[in-house]
Amino acid sequence: MWAMIVKEFRQVRRDRRTLAMMIVLPVLLLVVLGYAASFDVKSVTVAAAGPQASVLAGRLPGLFDVTTTAPGQGRAWAQNELRDGKAEVAVVTGGSRPLVLVDGSQLFAAKAALGALAELKAQAAAKPGAGAPAPVVRVLYNPGLNTSAIMIPGLCGVVLVFVGTIITSLGVVRERQSGTLEQLAVMPLKPRDVFLGKIVPYFLVAAFDLAIVLGVGIAIFGVPFRGNPAVFGLGALLFLFVTLGIGVLISSVSQNQGQAIQLAVMTLLPQVLLSGLIFPLTSIAAGVRWIAYFLPLTYFNMISRGVMLRAEPIAALWQPFLFLTLLGAIVVTGATLRFRAYLAPAARERGGRAPVPAAQGAGA
Amino acid sequence: MSGAGTATAVWGASDLRVSYGHVVALDGVSLTAPAGQVTAVVGGDGAGKSTLLRCLAGAMSPGRGQVRRPAKERTGYLPASSGIYPDLTVAENLDFRAQGYGMSRQLAAQRSAEYLDRAGLAPAAGRLAGQLSGGMRQKLAVIAAMLHQPELIVLDEPTTGVDPVSRSGLWWLIARAAAEGCAIVLATTYLDEAERCTSVLVLDAGIALASGTPAEIVAAMPGSLRSSQQRPDGDAFARSWRRAGRWRTWDPDPGPGAGDGQAIEPDLQDAVTVAALARQLRAGEF
Repeated sequence: MWAMIVKEFRQVRRDRRTLAMMIVLPVLLLVVLGYAASFDVKSVTVAAAGPQASVLAGRLPGLFDVTTTAPGQGRAWAQNELRDGKAEVAVVTGGSRPLVLVDGSQLFAAKAALGALAELKAQAAAKPGAGAPAPVVRVLYNPGLNTSAIMIPGLCGVVLVFVGTIITSLGVVRERQSGTLEQLAVMPLKPRDVFLGKIVPYFLVAAFDLAIVLGVGIAIFGVPFRGNPAVFGLGALLFLFVTLGIGVLISSVSQNQGQAIQLAVMTLLPQVLLSGLIFPLTSIAAGVRWIAYFLPLTYFNMISRGVMLRAEPIAALWQPFLFLTLLGAIVVTGATLRFRAYLAPAARERGGRAPVPAAQGAGA
Repeated sequence: MSGAGTATAVWGASDLRVSYGHVVALDGVSLTAPAGQVTAVVGGDGAGKSTLLRCLAGAMSPGRGQVRRPAKERTGYLPASSGIYPDLTVAENLDFRAQGYGMSRQLAAQRSAEYLDRAGLAPAAGRLAGQLSGGMRQKLAVIAAMLHQPELIVLDEPTTGVDPVSRSGLWWLIARAAAEGCAIVLATTYLDEAERCTSVLVLDAGIALASGTPAEIVAAMPGSLRSSQQRPDGDAFARSWRRAGRWRTWDPDPGPGAGDGQAIEPDLQDAVTVAALARQLRAGEF
């Protein structure tokens, strides 16, 4: 048994990636997730419209952070502010009672806002005639405040990450492990064709999976799809490019499928926990939140929830589309270059580490 | 296999140098591979055989030196890892290879049938490559490298780990391809196989020790050989090796009464062993 223990320690010591996962990752995850794991909403963004917008802005409890006031605007403007994700709550003044519109797709912000409004209403009821009339509250986009309605659009992204990153990284590293990548390198195939040939099947499988998840979400969980399917499709397409590119990148730095899985999980976990899928982005401590803005799932969540629940138009989603495009360009370029380096024959004279041939064989 | 215009083509490499970091894998190695001939690259583990073949096939570029090979479309390569997909059937592997080399469906089907028949693999066409025996898998890998009828075929240890019957089958495939005009370069650790080849390049630690026809390499062997029942003592100890139940000793500079034992005529295996010993002697390793 002692020999076995010593052998295992020797193997683990040489597998630096596993060692890092065993020692560094738990500490890192605890620190990151400790700051990220929060459902507490400390601030709710508000857009105020109507003639008393400015007055009302000053009277709202501290939870509400009035970011926009538009005295000349009405309900249509206020609703658009919510739809476009510019505010979580909109208040329309000018009628007999103020109208408060709450974005139900921002589940935790909506619940916090409704709690604060209920408190306000109770205070007003306790002192009749003392203050302003109690507001009329309407929850939009997810009136029942269903968790599934906000989770399913995000889960579509998780499915795409799973297929796009994990399965793709395995598919490419399998070529390397079996030595067939070296065969591909000498065949009259362009690196671009090999790259696309590798990822297109996974792209199609992921698209098929997405359709199934969407169909199940809509049919079984009653999740609405209010927006333009083409906008959603474009977002999914961009997101898939990023996830597939990450998969190829992972495979290009992995020696075997075990390493690829390790790395893929290391990219999947932060995306699930920090992208706003579970914990609201605004609840994540600022020191950790910045990580979320480097994660493609963060932007896909914005697009999928925006399109499915709020019918957000593409013009309002330009930011997530832009960042997904940028991430996609960086990742796919990196993946293509790494892939090209694998397939393009190369060796250097001494003075640096030579590129590793596609597969090491005997007798070298 | 090659067209009439390239029947006399001579492929090969000259003055190749390849380093992996600070490790020199090949240093000043040259090789010629004329059409219609089989050229063997022999040497022990780490001699540089696979690196040389990779350079020749285009799987990697040397740090220095020239490689003369046909276009990718006209080169076939069997890497040491066989390059066969274990989770595809025999027919699917050939189909992928044919499509990769731009063959039409009709031509691919015709060639696949022809080569499967040559290799005796026709009954196994529907079997997963991963379920084939070692010999059958190597035959599949060899015919996959030949399927597009290239002008140059580079085979990295096609017969290693293969039983004698399958080796014979593989050699029939190789000899037939050479007879059809293809230049073949193969790496092998079996010197009996190298003796069948038109020319041989002997590598050791990335350096070419000898090259030429097997007869030329044997004729160029320096010194002489003796065979004895007992391993000699003294200086000769390090220059002796066991073969066929007896000890062979190499005398680099034989004189009258140089040592015990019976003088023997060397063969290729002896000449290759002596070439390695001579290099060690020059390097002052003994």
